[in-house]
Amino acid sequence: MRNELISANHAAAMAAILAARANRSGRGFCAGVYPITPSTECMELLCSRQIEKGQVVRVEGEHSAMAVCIGSVAAGARSFTATSSNGLAYMAENVVTAALLRLPMVMMVANRTLGPPWNIWADHGDSLLLRDSGWLQFYCADNQEVLDTILFAYRLGEDPRVMLPVMVCQDGFVLSHTMAQTLVPEQELVDRFLPPLEVPHRLNEQPHALGSVVLPQQTEVLRRQHHEAMNTALAIYPQLQREFAAVFGRPIADPLVGYRYEDAELLILSMGTLASTVERAVDRLRERGVKAGGLRVRLFRPFPARQLRELLGRPARVAVLDRDISPGFGGVLWGECRSCVSGDVLMQNYMLGLGGGDVRPEHVEQLVDDLLGRETAGEPMVMEVGA
Amino acid sequence: MTEVAERTIPVQERPAGRPLLRPGNTNCGGCGMSIALQMFGRELAGQPVQLVIPACCGAVAAGSYPFTAFGVPVVLSTFASPAAVATGLARVAALNEEPIRVVCWAGDGGTYDIGMGTLSAAAERNEDVLYICYDNEIYGNTGGQRSSATPLGAATTSTPVGKPEVKKDILAVMAAHRIPYAASVSLAHPEDAGRKFRQALAARGFRFLHILSPCPTGWKSEPAHGIQLIRLAVQSGLYPVLEIRDGRQVTINVEPDFSDLALAEYLAMQGRFRKSGVTAMVLRDAIRQHWEHLRRQA
Repeated sequence: MRNELISANHAAAMAAILAARANRSGRGFCAGVYPITPSTECMELLCSRQIEKGQVVRVEGEHSAMAVCIGSVAAGARSFTATSSNGLAYMAENVVTAALLRLPMVMMVANRTLGPPWNIWADHGDSLLLRDSGWLQFYCADNQEVLDTILFAYRLGEDPRVMLPVMVCQDGFVLSHTMAQTLVPEQELVDRFLPPLEVPHRLNEQPHALGSVVLPQQTEVLRRQHHEAMNTALAIYPQLQREFAAVFGRPIADPLVGYRYEDAELLILSMGTLASTVERAVDRLRERGVKAGGLRVRLFRPFPARQLRELLGRPARVAVLDRDISPGFGGVLWGECRSCVSGDVLMQNYMLGLGGGDVRPEHVEQLVDDLLGRETAGEPMVMEVGA
Repeated sequence: MTEVAERTIPVQERPAGRPLLRPGNTNCGGCGMSIALQMFGRELAGQPVQLVIPACCGAVAAGSYPFTAFGVPVVLSTFASPAAVATGLARVAALNEEPIRVVCWAGDGGTYDIGMGTLSAAAERNEDVLYICYDNEIYGNTGGQRSSATPLGAATTSTPVGKPEVKKDILAVMAAHRIPYAASVSLAHPEDAGRKFRQALAARGFRFLHILSPCPTGWKSEPAHGIQLIRLAVQSGLYPVLEIRDGRQVTINVEPDFSDLALAEYLAMQGRFRKSGVTAMVLRDAIRQHWEHLRRQA
């Protein structure tokens, strides 16, 4: 295990290369890549390395990057790609295709605002656009988590009970370009954790049409199976967590990550790096005597609704922080969490950090003050925090 | 009209392998794509092949799950993606040292229009993929709208009085990529077609075959007249039958007689040219000019 000073983009690429090499005794690795800020340096590192029994195809656009991944997993190989923002939006049709064909692969999304007007900074609007694409979605909070989650995502998505692609999201620039000490495992450990990929429905020499026309009743069955596979991913999560810890000697985070939440009377929910800011704010609020706690939704799809419902039953007040906006509705995370609220919980939605607005602990304190002053929840609010 | 002489193994002596297009497919009567698939399947002669078919009539020809009319493994890709999906399949076959030939089977809309960027990129990378475009000059699967393969004057549901623009020269576009092999295939010249299928299957790198494929529904023609129509298109010079190696060496495989009679008959046997009034007289100069250009290259 080497301790390296790397960006989260490089952490993602190194995890992908390790996972790629781990399939050398299987059918190998093939990935399609196309550059877009801020995910670019992930694909650059991927293109600079020799991968044993592996290839990276430099294609002409994200739509084809995903199509190459579809072809390679359909042929039984492991696959990876990385993108951001409009690249992900452009890719969308094939993103959905990969999920509906039940082709497990991993995509790193360095989250970036959708344009126009053009803005290269972080928000979650790009990957949340594909909320219903049938992919698993992780939102990471630091570089180590990006690396570990990519390895974990391969194992989870490739499980025969799941067979689904996984998106591993990280905030653009905030993580993607920030160097931090990251433990990079030896290939031998990754080989132990990631067995050769077996795609049961891969193309071989037998007549077999992948993705042919289906009738309504068959579609209903396929959608139900897809939904069940998502829920299975959540059910087998703890088992794979134990295996991860046994192999790598460190834990991998739960679908929901709490911070000083056990006795909290006020809970602040968020995703990605906002949660780190929330943790600093919680410390300051606790110093002021406010019994605040943080809760990070790390696994957004499948949504850990049952666990969240249990946690949301206790505190009287909940702030949901969204680094995204569904115009005409409110925050996307808030919409999900609101469906889990029961009883007399006061849940207020704050959308902030849109387009990379710099969210600092004092902003979180401000919104907590707003929440403390409320008798009832109001309409979702957009907070402008600026650069 | 003289065909280039070629020594080939008679069809009945070739190993048949399993059929590419099996009974129970959903294609229309007289579909040129069905004929092309049968001819191609015969030349496969049991070689392992994987097909990629984007949204087109070929995608519905398979029938509905769990059945498939294709006698080989197939991925049905999104409309714009076949050459990129095929890239993934071909790269993995190469990594595993498998002799599988990866073949895209796409209509003109997916090739000339929406899939052009993907196709061009795969050709530029010289992927080990055989791309076959069956060109019925219309978006047949959506009910007959114009594509950039639709010829001048042809009525479609989106150009009801006839298309005002000329057809895109796909072979020239592909040749400009300097790919190892590109050819046009006439379904009315089975020996020449068979040789091209075999050559394209045996070659490495990116290969492109263009097949003019009669579509009775779109062409408003009799299902039984498909092969005769192709023969007239070749005879009149409207559909040049040629092959291009490395994007530079042009070989003309079938010499037309440039007969106005054949051209007039070709137009008259179809309902789609009636409204626009496109005649042999209108097309004669364009055909002549195109052939002068071809002869300079050959």
